[in-house]
Amino acid sequence: MVSNQTIVIPDFRQTPRVDQVGIEERAARITKRSLKKETKLNGLLLALNMIDLTTLEGKDTQGKVKQLCYKAMHLHDSYPGLPTVAAVCVYPSMVKTAKTALGNSGIKVAAVATAFPSGQAPRDVKIRDTKFAVQEGADEIDMVISRGKFLEGEYHFVFDEIASIKEACGNARLKVILETGELGSYDKVRRASDIAMYAGADFIKTSTGKISPAATLPVTLVMLEAIRDFYYQTGKMIAMKPAGGISRSKLALHYLVMVKEILGDAWMNNEWFRFGASSLANDLLMQIVKEKTGVYQSKDYFSID
Amino acid sequence: MATSVNTERLEVLKTYKIYIGGQFPRTESGRYYVPLNKSGKKLGNLCLSSRKDLRDAIEIARNAQGSWSARAPFNRGQILYRMAEMLEGRKAQFIEELIAQDATRQQATREVNESIDRLIYYAGWADKYQQVISSVNAVSSAHFNFSIGEPMGVVGIIAPQSNSLLGLISVMAPVIAGGNTCVIVASYQKPLCSVTFAEVLNASDLPGGVVNILTGKPEELISWMADHLDVNAIIYCEKNQPTIQLIQEKAAGNLKRVLLYDAINWNTNEAQSPYYIQDTQEIKTTWHPIEKTGSGGSKY
Repeated sequence: MVSNQTIVIPDFRQTPRVDQVGIEERAARITKRSLKKETKLNGLLLALNMIDLTTLEGKDTQGKVKQLCYKAMHLHDSYPGLPTVAAVCVYPSMVKTAKTALGNSGIKVAAVATAFPSGQAPRDVKIRDTKFAVQEGADEIDMVISRGKFLEGEYHFVFDEIASIKEACGNARLKVILETGELGSYDKVRRASDIAMYAGADFIKTSTGKISPAATLPVTLVMLEAIRDFYYQTGKMIAMKPAGGISRSKLALHYLVMVKEILGDAWMNNEWFRFGASSLANDLLMQIVKEKTGVYQSKDYFSID
Repeated sequence: MATSVNTERLEVLKTYKIYIGGQFPRTESGRYYVPLNKSGKKLGNLCLSSRKDLRDAIEIARNAQGSWSARAPFNRGQILYRMAEMLEGRKAQFIEELIAQDATRQQATREVNESIDRLIYYAGWADKYQQVISSVNAVSSAHFNFSIGEPMGVVGIIAPQSNSLLGLISVMAPVIAGGNTCVIVASYQKPLCSVTFAEVLNASDLPGGVVNILTGKPEELISWMADHLDVNAIIYCEKNQPTIQLIQEKAAGNLKRVLLYDAINWNTNEAQSPYYIQDTQEIKTTWHPIEKTGSGGSKY
């Protein structure tokens, strides 16, 4: 292990380039893996335990958030012994509601802050937004980077911004959303990942879920490789969270295969890997019950998302 | 120096693909079979669908169901009529395929004609069956009480093995006329017209996913269809008693309707009736409070 003091901040213009064809081919090969029976069931249960159950709508009400929290704690009570999800992800104004509703269930509350989703606000506003969420009781903060500044090449601006939000987070873990759908190339995703990690991110996260494309396998692969290289450089583990567009169990299993292959067993838990999703939970539940009963399931028998 | 070359042309055997969600994919399993007719001629390469194809088709049928049942009944009738028109235009191909599947030309022509007529029959009923099956009910309280039919949802159909075109159409048409979507397992030995009929469906304004047609061994798929919780009714047209028992037992899991059309001669008029539409309708009864009518005190 190397201590924090010796981390040398690299020149981000020199970030390794990504071989687009290679990355896409490798991601495509991972979708060919086949998981069956117990392995599949264990994978499904693990994926369920890694979900950040999310509601980020302008129309969110306290009632909606309470209902989501109830769902997080009682995923499918007719199947005893299920894990819970990892966290509930809401806007800062809903943190207190979520915190109260979740009580001592052990489920964390994550709040999106820093003028989510666009991030187009002055830094002091972003810092206040973050501090508010932390004071309300958020365990984790999901921040967005200033993509405009990043694309203008103002890497120091982005770096300083992340570092100052990290400071505002206190003990809360910081997830840095790169919004890869707006970055334009794998090279830029890799560079943004490096900036975020060196600036103090605990997690790097693909997307807000408001932009399409959101998380994809190739983009996640680029980010996982960045995490691996950062770990070799500094000895520090960084967590990963793909978010948006992951609603099918099979896809979730592909992500798990990818994490296992790139980063290894240490990352195969909800401390180090999360799915930002809302409808994935029900699909996982349907597949888990199918594995148990042998009967294909219907949405009619599961809670409404 | 020229050598003698065998110039006899090698026939290209068509690969018949399955029909799911308005697309023609191959089975995900990659398996196929080659049915033979009585004289031993190969009919084609047919997909041997797997339970995963069935699962995919059911999911797609479920997603298509809401918008299909929300369409105006008259519009569903128009689409059924369009199917008949398209079938009429490709009559010759269907006749040839039926002949390849051991029918005489006379039988084949008759079967195709009756198939077209049957589609038109149900096209007409699409916006009229509701008037026949619904009712205003007499109740002894101050309520306006009425019952109407609503589509059950996704219907699984094991198509008749013998009349591979007319049988399939006779079972399918009332199901979709009533606003259901369906997943059909075609005749195993005589699958050609079923797949070609999918091509007709695809060209007749029918939204993708309303009708899905799989080829393959019914015995491989029936059990998965019968216990699938997202299938609301299942139609079986053979007399095979163990299979009927299997379907009935598995269907109990979600109280699926089991419809046995095992004694119907598809060539006769007994094979068409608005009550076949009713078979895949749930009857909903509504109690609407009104001021008491028909007795003293009514202001009207």
